[in-house]
Amino acid sequence: MNETHTHTQTPFFADKQEKLAEILSRYPAEGRRSALMPLLWEVQREERYVSEERMRELAEIVGTTATEVKGVMSFYSTYHDQPVGTFHIQVCSTLSCALAGSDELFDFLSNELGIVNGETTADGRFSLQKVECVGSCGTAPVVQVNDTYFERVGRGRCQHLVDALKQGELPPVWRERGGDTVGAAKAEPLQKPTDVREG
Amino acid sequence: MSDQAATAAKPAPILSRHDPRYEVTMYRYVGVEGAHTLDFYRSHGGYEAARRALTGMTPAQVVDEVKASGLRGRGGAGFPTGVKWSFMAPPDGKPRYLVCNADESEPGSFKDRYILEDDPHQLVEGMIIGAYAMQMTFGFLYVRGEYYLGTTRMEVAIAEARAAGLLGENILGTNFSFDITVHRGAGAYICGEETALMNSLEGLRANPRLKPPFPAAAGMYGRPTTINNVTSLTSAVHIINKGAAWFAGMGTDDSKGTKLYQISGPVKRTGVYEMPMGATFRELIYDFAGGPTMEPKAFIPGGSSTPMFPWEDRFLDMPMDYGTLAKNGSMLGTGGVIVIPRDKCIVDALYNLVRFYAHESCGKCTPCREGVGHWLPRMYQKLVSGLGQPEDIALLESVASNIKGNAFCPLADACIGPVQASLKWFRDEYEYLAANGKSKYPKNDWWQA
Repeated sequence: MNETHTHTQTPFFADKQEKLAEILSRYPAEGRRSALMPLLWEVQREERYVSEERMRELAEIVGTTATEVKGVMSFYSTYHDQPVGTFHIQVCSTLSCALAGSDELFDFLSNELGIVNGETTADGRFSLQKVECVGSCGTAPVVQVNDTYFERVGRGRCQHLVDALKQGELPPVWRERGGDTVGAAKAEPLQKPTDVREG
Repeated sequence: MSDQAATAAKPAPILSRHDPRYEVTMYRYVGVEGAHTLDFYRSHGGYEAARRALTGMTPAQVVDEVKASGLRGRGGAGFPTGVKWSFMAPPDGKPRYLVCNADESEPGSFKDRYILEDDPHQLVEGMIIGAYAMQMTFGFLYVRGEYYLGTTRMEVAIAEARAAGLLGENILGTNFSFDITVHRGAGAYICGEETALMNSLEGLRANPRLKPPFPAAAGMYGRPTTINNVTSLTSAVHIINKGAAWFAGMGTDDSKGTKLYQISGPVKRTGVYEMPMGATFRELIYDFAGGPTMEPKAFIPGGSSTPMFPWEDRFLDMPMDYGTLAKNGSMLGTGGVIVIPRDKCIVDALYNLVRFYAHESCGKCTPCREGVGHWLPRMYQKLVSGLGQPEDIALLESVASNIKGNAFCPLADACIGPVQASLKWFRDEYEYLAANGKSKYPKNDWWQA
């Protein structure tokens, strides 16, 4: 990338100096470059990806090169160098989710949306991506839409979810935790040991 | 409890959650409406441990208490937390950092997530106690990027704590000052490795660093640093509240206290269960999770990196502690149990896991980049798609044993252990697949209504 360019676009943080200062202030003076990841998040949240122009801007802010910024970005799975859809649908495909049908779930979404893994619909509304474990193994299978988890997505819930998204709506989240997480009163042994031990 | 009382009549250790003396502590309020707020936390005894530590104990006493409790790191490696804390050199007026590792990414693990989301103040309190014990000047909480709700809840909790004088200058009126920044990751399993995590926190590519120097000598920005898992720190809260003897009164010889176990796969009640160390897999799987919903053939004991066991009584009746699992050729890891049903082709299950490690290999060293990143997934793909030959199994074994122990960081071995265990216990499935071009267990629709 050309390091000695001139800006062709208004810098992202031009009118967000307060936000920029707040992000930089989270880190000690000796760690200015640590702000790079939160700055990337900030840009991506608004623009849905981080362009090379923005990479150059961030490089100047943290005192490194645009190449370095791109190197950091490309290391991680969740920074995008191309725009993703309004609804970025991520389907966990790792073992616990696979045992709960995430492969079939993914194929269902792929058919519904008419796109394959990594693609975005022509109208820019949907992106579909298979991802690795997102820490929802106890409530598998899980579909992450932008930053929101939808858990225990059986066939019925998946249809409901995709119908709502096609209407442009993120449905209300159902939060299930399973296990002990039903409150202190119920966080007690569910059965006596002898009740269930067979063979 | 005083030392005299403990030695006078030493009660039998608590080894089961069915023991009437056992009490849920860390996970008590997870799932309770409003538990993530400061008001709730304080009205349920929150920040009393921090007060006790900061106003009634010296930093060395806090370290000693945690040492005496026998707490071992809950991130997977199981290094004694108090000993780790004692590695920090005395303060010299320069910055020193506490890092909490909440980059929970090990498949099968999801305990930290619910603490972040539902009981964030417990973690803030744990970080205050750890920071005080080691006289840290600043803290970082590294949360994996996908945990957006958890990140948000932690940020709000930290702001609440700061406003209440529990973080910042002169905490609780003492001369101890400490604050926390939440750092959001962006999707990289390797960041759970502590030196990779520090590189990520410094705004670099998250390749692991060579050790030594260990973080206590040169960590974040080259400063003395200690990295602890979420539930190591939250355990410290209860150790300070209830005493080291209480914690050490639970568990087996080498594994003390209470731990969050997770269970996923086809069982009735998946989720997180807090149990004393030393409870058995059978207790978790049958008594709490309600038993398998499909005929089982194997289980992974502590997250995807830990070698699996076949579904046999001798393994189901093992206590879930560090030593027993190590002796049996596996690891306790994060305590994330995954049940594998008979109808899941084991080669296909391993292909799934190998693909995960291939995706997450950082590319720094050759055995992992080429072996885990390329050879293994391709060999598995060949087998699973029915194109394998019987000699491919020997080649697979050869590749695996050549990777093992030869990589820069533990990621490659985390992939090889499960591969080798699957070959050890379920070699017949590999052979059947290679000989017949199709799986012994061809079921391919796992999605429920």
